[in-house]
Amino acid sequence: MALNNILRNTLQGFSKISYKSSARVFSTSIPQLNKKEVEITFVRASGERIKTKGKVGDSLLDVVVNNDVDLDGFGACEGTLTCSTCHLIFSKKVFDSLPEKATDEELDMLDLAYELKDTSRLGCQIILSEKLDGLEVKVPATINDQRSS
Amino acid sequence: MHIFKFFKRLYSSSKTNPKICIVGGGPAGFYAAQHLIKKLKNVQVDIYEKLPVPFGLVRFGVAPDHPEVKNVINTFSKTAESEQVNFIGNVNVGEDVSIKQLKDAYHIVLLTYGADKSKTFGIPGENLKNVISARNIVGWYNGTPWNSNLDMDLSGESVAVLGQGNVAIDVARILLSPIDELSKTDITQHALEKLSNSKIKKVYLIGRRGPLQAAFTIKELREMLKLKNCNTVWRKDDFSGVSELVSSLARPKKRISELMLNSLNQMGTSGSKTFYPIFFRSPLEILGDQVVEKILLGVNRLEGTDFLSSKAVMTEKREEIPCNLVITSIGYKSHQIDKDIPFDNSKGVAINENSKIEKGFYTSGWLATGPTGVILTTMGNAFGTANLILNDIEKEGLAVTLKPGFEEIEKILKVKNTQLVLWKDWLKIDKYEKLKGKHVGKPREKIIDVQEMLKVAS
Ligand SMILES: Cc1cc2nc3c(=O)[nH]c(=O)nc-3n(C[C@H](O)[C@H](O)[C@H](O)COP(=O)(O)OP(=O)(O)OC[C@H]3O[C@@H](n4cnc5c(N)ncnc54)[C@H](O)[C@@H]3O)c2cc1C
Ligand code: FES
Repeated sequence: MALNNILRNTLQGFSKISYKSSARVFSTSIPQLNKKEVEITFVRASGERIKTKGKVGDSLLDVVVNNDVDLDGFGACEGTLTCSTCHLIFSKKVFDSLPEKATDEELDMLDLAYELKDTSRLGCQIILSEKLDGLEVKVPATINDQRSS
Repeated sequence: MHIFKFFKRLYSSSKTNPKICIVGGGPAGFYAAQHLIKKLKNVQVDIYEKLPVPFGLVRFGVAPDHPEVKNVINTFSKTAESEQVNFIGNVNVGEDVSIKQLKDAYHIVLLTYGADKSKTFGIPGENLKNVISARNIVGWYNGTPWNSNLDMDLSGESVAVLGQGNVAIDVARILLSPIDELSKTDITQHALEKLSNSKIKKVYLIGRRGPLQAAFTIKELREMLKLKNCNTVWRKDDFSGVSELVSSLARPKKRISELMLNSLNQMGTSGSKTFYPIFFRSPLEILGDQVVEKILLGVNRLEGTDFLSSKAVMTEKREEIPCNLVITSIGYKSHQIDKDIPFDNSKGVAINENSKIEKGFYTSGWLATGPTGVILTTMGNAFGTANLILNDIEKEGLAVTLKPGFEEIEKILKVKNTQLVLWKDWLKIDKYEKLKGKHVGKPREKIIDVQEMLKVAS
């Protein structure tokens, strides 16, 4: 939580320019201490599972940042829909159940992502709800994973 | 020191902290440093940068109306603030210090100095007045020190941009954007003043091949289609056969083709400015009496069955387009900054095999791959290079002898009277620029002049 707040503050100080209207930007709100927590599991390409928790209302990018989940380069543009480093792959069932479908702008960025699947989404655009408790998402192998020997 | 201990210190790899020198403080340099210090706790990374300011093309390339892209700066800054990293700005490697000297002082040298020259067509008329490379225009609106006095006349109506990549689109968009949108960005003051008197009404974006081979990405195209007060006008003929193919395309190609076709079917006439993408044309000659007047284009057709790899072949047909400004945008290329860098002049890259030049000597980013791809691509490349270096440190015993690192280079630079700009000094420039920007409603007002940067940093 602390890290996220620092990030938010730097972001606000960094630039007062308004982001693309369709992008759900970082600043969800002030700490919501009494919000319900849900369990999320990130599954790396290697099969390694990273279990963590997130608050309802947070984005999956918030979850990665707040818990310091070790995913290289994840969230480079800090949730402003300009990088696609937060690419995640969902199961068909969860993908179909997500309340908000991807906007044109999200799909535009996804088109640049490696290993694009029909059930791909950008993590910074997915907001946690109670229904997502127990969620498992696949983290595509980045090119660095493929190259390292 | 006891002689045994001394030798142990000298030869045991576990006792020596690897000292790594990175040349170039752009995305490749910062991402490589980030990965190296994350994976190896005893590594020392020194980043040498030519300018007194960091971030390479994130500062000097990425368009001013794309501030979100520049958020990567926050991560780079975190890396620079690590105890394991030194940023040393205002050091022109190749002039102030040689590659040989760096190799002697460090266990590992990684070159990430990017690509800061432009490719040319080599056609007659390229030397006429008002024929300008996109790279110089980008430098002019983004504050590259040597582009501030760009001699460019915007008093004519028509501009021909040769090339259809994202850089070409960036330049077209900046020339067609309403001035009050630009004035809220960190665009340079001199560019803002000149653009506010611009008479440009039409921008042609000319490419060799067809819509299915277009180099621009969908995000950049969508932005053009949404640009205020500007219509996008396509040539219907350019799209013959495209709609029949759409359903068979992979999703990214399909979506961008559909976007073009939709726009083709809803062309408006309301705006006072027009963006004209033109396909299947190669420039043959730029014509004019001292100043550009028109451009002669050869008409191409495509050869080959696979549309992605199909080639443009020129026919006998010609077309002329009157224009007052020609912008060449067929890519950047790198150059050899020191004789000890094996270099491929035709490709404009440092000769390397998967980032490796030779033992202990590496390259990454645009210098290594050529100037293609976005920051995401550069990031993947830099992480890969860092992994390779980490493996080689162990496998090839790259860090077994003691090396002096920065201590030695500092001595060399001192003799030359180079004013070093360390991270804390850059922060002074950063603060100054933000404050200056605040007064005029911009996120930052960049200092253009290197001497002024040095003064603020001191
Ligand atoms: C006009 C333009 C717009 C772009 N827009 C986007 C965008 O919107 N989104 C996106 O994702 N990507 C964009 N890109 C791509 C992105 O900028 C590159 O992927 C990335 O900057 C490449 O990083 P690099 O570190 O290899 O090179 P660079 O960014 O060029 O960094 C090289 C660094 O080395 C320094 N250097 C050069 N010579 C020396 C020397 N002799 N000694 C010491 N240092 C030296 C340079 O000053 C520079 O700081 C854009 C590129 C351009 C050209
Ligand atoms: S964090 Fe950049 S697009 Fe999601």
